[in-house]
Amino acid sequence: MSVRETHDARAFPARPARSGAAGKRASAGDIWRLLEDVPDPEIPAVSVVDLGIVRGVEQAGDEVVVTVTPTYSGCPATAAIRLDIEKALRARGFDRVRVESRLAPPWTTDWISAEGRAKLRAYGIAPPEPGGCAGTAAAPVACPRCGSLRTERVSQFGSTPCKAQHRCADCLEPFDRFKRI
Amino acid sequence: MDRDLFEFALRMGDNALILGQQVSAWCGHAPALEEDIALANTALDLIGQAKLWLDLAGEIEGAGRDADALAFLRDARAFRNALLVEQSNGDYGQTLMRQFLFDAWHFPTLKSLAASGEPRIAAIAVKAAKEAEYHFERSRDLVIGLGDGSEESHVRMQRALDLLYPFQGELTAPDSVDEALRARDVAPDLAAVKLETDRLTLETLAEATLRPPPAPVRKGGKTGLHSEGLGRILSDMQFLQRAYPGASW
Repeated sequence: MSVRETHDARAFPARPARSGAAGKRASAGDIWRLLEDVPDPEIPAVSVVDLGIVRGVEQAGDEVVVTVTPTYSGCPATAAIRLDIEKALRARGFDRVRVESRLAPPWTTDWISAEGRAKLRAYGIAPPEPGGCAGTAAAPVACPRCGSLRTERVSQFGSTPCKAQHRCADCLEPFDRFKRI
Repeated sequence: MDRDLFEFALRMGDNALILGQQVSAWCGHAPALEEDIALANTALDLIGQAKLWLDLAGEIEGAGRDADALAFLRDARAFRNALLVEQSNGDYGQTLMRQFLFDAWHFPTLKSLAASGEPRIAAIAVKAAKEAEYHFERSRDLVIGLGDGSEESHVRMQRALDLLYPFQGELTAPDSVDEALRARDVAPDLAAVKLETDRLTLETLAEATLRPPPAPVRKGGKTGLHSEGLGRILSDMQFLQRAYPGASW
């Protein structure tokens, strides 16, 4: 959950004074790059940007407005994500940060970046197949460990709202699958 | 205030809230770990949806009440959930049957509401429909598995159906609020929703070798006339805010 406050402190153009001037000195692109270092609190291998839940970054005067969308209506990480984004930007001198929530259009797993999918797989979670739609009767799921397609679903739900539990018939390992929605 | 819209948002929110509260009681008690996780996740989805609907209701009302105020500081008569969701958990089969009868209404309703002329309703519906479809897929599979399962599971599922089926009809029985909102293109025609709900329900029950009982529709919750069960649910759910008003963390 914690954001490494010192990370890449030099890379960022001269840390702005805490006077609220940050907004004028940083571009939206700079802010996006900062958000790429904010991990998802429940799947820290991916960032909030990788997951596609950051829908917009705007600067209004010296205020930064970040718009996020929830993955699942009741996802308990939503509040933590808002807080983490605020903390990360405040730590970089953005004193006035507002995180807004936007429901429509609804988040889909198609918004997870290619990089995000690769990170999920490396972390042991089968990424969602592209072509988002609800339901689970989908293409075979590849085991994130051995790549086998001989896998089966053990349970429709997993350790977080966004995952289901599967098992590989070849390497026999159980694994989480990011549900496609 | 737009009274009809307020009532409608309360109904959607209260259905999700009360069912979510009831299902969450299984956390740590389900018959298998996977089921425990599934029930907890279902409850979480429903409570998340309840927050969206009740925040909208508070916004429409314009009296400064948010989802928390509506959930924790209303008395039973002010709740607008259908009687189905306040029926007790019973055994695991009864909980599943209640979920299935609800999902078979919830999913087609949300699908229709996604095309609502009221954009705030459409936004919540599009989001929630994805979750409801997943819930329906699961409760349908389990009703078939247990209905067409062992002798014991079949008997229990039929008993649950006999008890709960009469309550499903309230969800698709239109009243003046539904009619007014349909005329405004905000909510769907409940006759169409009923067709789809009945189709999903009866097809599944047939496959599960279960027979719906001939029974009159039992209703009242949509207009605030509840069964005894709701009072018990609220006494548990609202305890903290009643005992320690304004408590937060």
